[in-house]
Amino acid sequence: MSELLQFLLSGVTVGAVYALVALGFTIIYNASDVVNFAQGEFVMLGGMITVMAYTAGAPLPLAALVAILVTAALGVAMNKLAIEPARGAPVVSLVIITIGASIFIRGAAQLIFGKQIHSFPAFSGDDPFRILEATILPQSLWVIGGAVAVFIGLWLFFTRTLLGRAVLATSNNRLAAQLVGINTPFVMTLSFALSAGIGALAGVLVTPITMTSYDVGLAFALKGFAAAMLGGMGNPKGALVGGFVLGVLEGLTAGYISSQYKDAAAFIVILGVLFFLPQGLFGRKSTDRV
Amino acid sequence: MKTFLTTTALVALAFPAMAEIKIGASLSSTGPAAFLGDPELKTLEMLVEDLNAKGGINGEEIVLVAYDDNGDPNKARTFATRLVEDDEVVAIIGGTTTGTTMSILAVAEDAEIPFISLAGAIDIIQPVKPFTFKTPHTDRMACQKIFEDMQKAGITKIGMISGTDGFGASMQAQCKEVAPDYAIEILADETYDPKDADMTAQLTKIKGTEGVQAILNPGFGQGPSIVTRNYKQLAIDLPFYQSHGVASDGFIELAGADAAEGVRLPGTALLVADLLAADDPQKPVVDAYKAMFEEKTGTPVGTFGGYAHDAFLIMTDAITRAGSAEPAAIRDAIEATSGLAGTTGIYTFTPEDHLGLDLSAFRMLEIKGGKWTLVQ
Repeated sequence: MSELLQFLLSGVTVGAVYALVALGFTIIYNASDVVNFAQGEFVMLGGMITVMAYTAGAPLPLAALVAILVTAALGVAMNKLAIEPARGAPVVSLVIITIGASIFIRGAAQLIFGKQIHSFPAFSGDDPFRILEATILPQSLWVIGGAVAVFIGLWLFFTRTLLGRAVLATSNNRLAAQLVGINTPFVMTLSFALSAGIGALAGVLVTPITMTSYDVGLAFALKGFAAAMLGGMGNPKGALVGGFVLGVLEGLTAGYISSQYKDAAAFIVILGVLFFLPQGLFGRKSTDRV
Repeated sequence: MKTFLTTTALVALAFPAMAEIKIGASLSSTGPAAFLGDPELKTLEMLVEDLNAKGGINGEEIVLVAYDDNGDPNKARTFATRLVEDDEVVAIIGGTTTGTTMSILAVAEDAEIPFISLAGAIDIIQPVKPFTFKTPHTDRMACQKIFEDMQKAGITKIGMISGTDGFGASMQAQCKEVAPDYAIEILADETYDPKDADMTAQLTKIKGTEGVQAILNPGFGQGPSIVTRNYKQLAIDLPFYQSHGVASDGFIELAGADAAEGVRLPGTALLVADLLAADDPQKPVVDAYKAMFEEKTGTPVGTFGGYAHDAFLIMTDAITRAGSAEPAAIRDAIEATSGLAGTTGIYTFTPEDHLGLDLSAFRMLEIKGGKWTLVQ
């Protein structure tokens, strides 16, 4: 029984990381139908810039804030310099541009930050909480809390605010959105800033657990993308649930079957879900009008 | 891709007749193995500069032609061919990873150019190939050293948790192979992806396995640091062994001194330079390299830069003794190396042994109070 609980807690820890990354995908996707493969790089930048600011002597909260703001600014720059000039291009081309941007950011990070692995102290110490016989680190609770908070924020943003609805309208039909007076270039800029900021927040929260180096972004992006696809791309609820389901699946497989099949089991489940529900668990139904 | 001509090019232009010895290198200074390749390249550049400032070898200047193969065996092969055919080097150092080494090895053997690899796998020098040598101990030796220590402590049943990267997987296989020689039984054999965020599931499983007396974690990069933290989180009180893959101060820093307390691993003399006895034959070379590297780069020395240091030392020692820069003469001189103290160990090559190290090259280390200590 205590073993099961530990496997679950391990899965929830990992799942919260995936969920937080997956949430970052949703905004840009909702605004432009583009899956931003540089999302993992935003996570890396969040962690790395915090490490740099922290080692330079800034207190941790300030370092984290700097990291989030700088990364959000870089997100905007990426939109202005790489995505906007290719405005008329099909979505696939834009997705490929984001892959290029991710390679560029990784290369630049390698030159600026070096190739060492870094970390900074956990926010509330390293003494684990005991739940029955199982343990969980306080930092994991921060990550879980962060994922839930971002989820609630996004959910309110998309359903309760005019701006959030403007983002959705832009993705639905850019021309129509412009005609009803939505400033679509601003919506795009905003969505990149928010996505990058959420990515950076994820990086700040997970780095004390996963550590960071210039090349961690790709692994984050892949798992976060898988979680987002499982839950339904573009839906914050899907990203949250997808992340936790993926993490718990991995934890249980590692515990009860074998850690060798951990990733395989997760991906088989994803394939199965997508086979029956191509839009993911909570994806919006897409109907093409002919 | 970058080319470094570490010699002062102007001097070479001004005196075209001046003799020079060209040594080639293909290292993974970027890419997934950059962690290893970067200090290796810095070490070579630094040593070449230093040697030339002291007058070179037998009055001839050393020229280092270094390429960055990005950890890609295909690129390594291309660069090795270029080193041999275009740059006409007399010897090659490099192959940061086993994969790139295997590519360079084929080219070097064909061209009959002496080649010293910086990678771990035993396949590089077994069976012995006439022109290929290597400086790092094999992962099999690391397993043997660890099992030797376990045997002394009366441990016979262990659990393993290994990274699935090249380093972890290779060492996992080697350890499983030599375990019976030390009457050690591996009861649990778990793995993790090097980029995983949490390994408590695997550790819980090992902890719950009946009879496990110690846990061994072959791995590299941030994985072992996370395993070490999870070990503390789960309050596992079994002896915990890490591999030489994390033998650096960075590991203690990442895992946290608290979590790393009591961790044992096989490391090189380089890591415990301050603890070496004054009459230790490795002390002068270790101290000199440590001082030079740390002053030059501002980063602490690591085992991997040490491998490059030793390769360069063996190479220049051989060229000096050969009194000629002919590849065949260099090869013969390398094979005749005897009792040469490097940072990794004391090298003695023979026609049957192109590694030249034995288990004594490894020192068993234990982390106490955030510092490395020697296990007697």
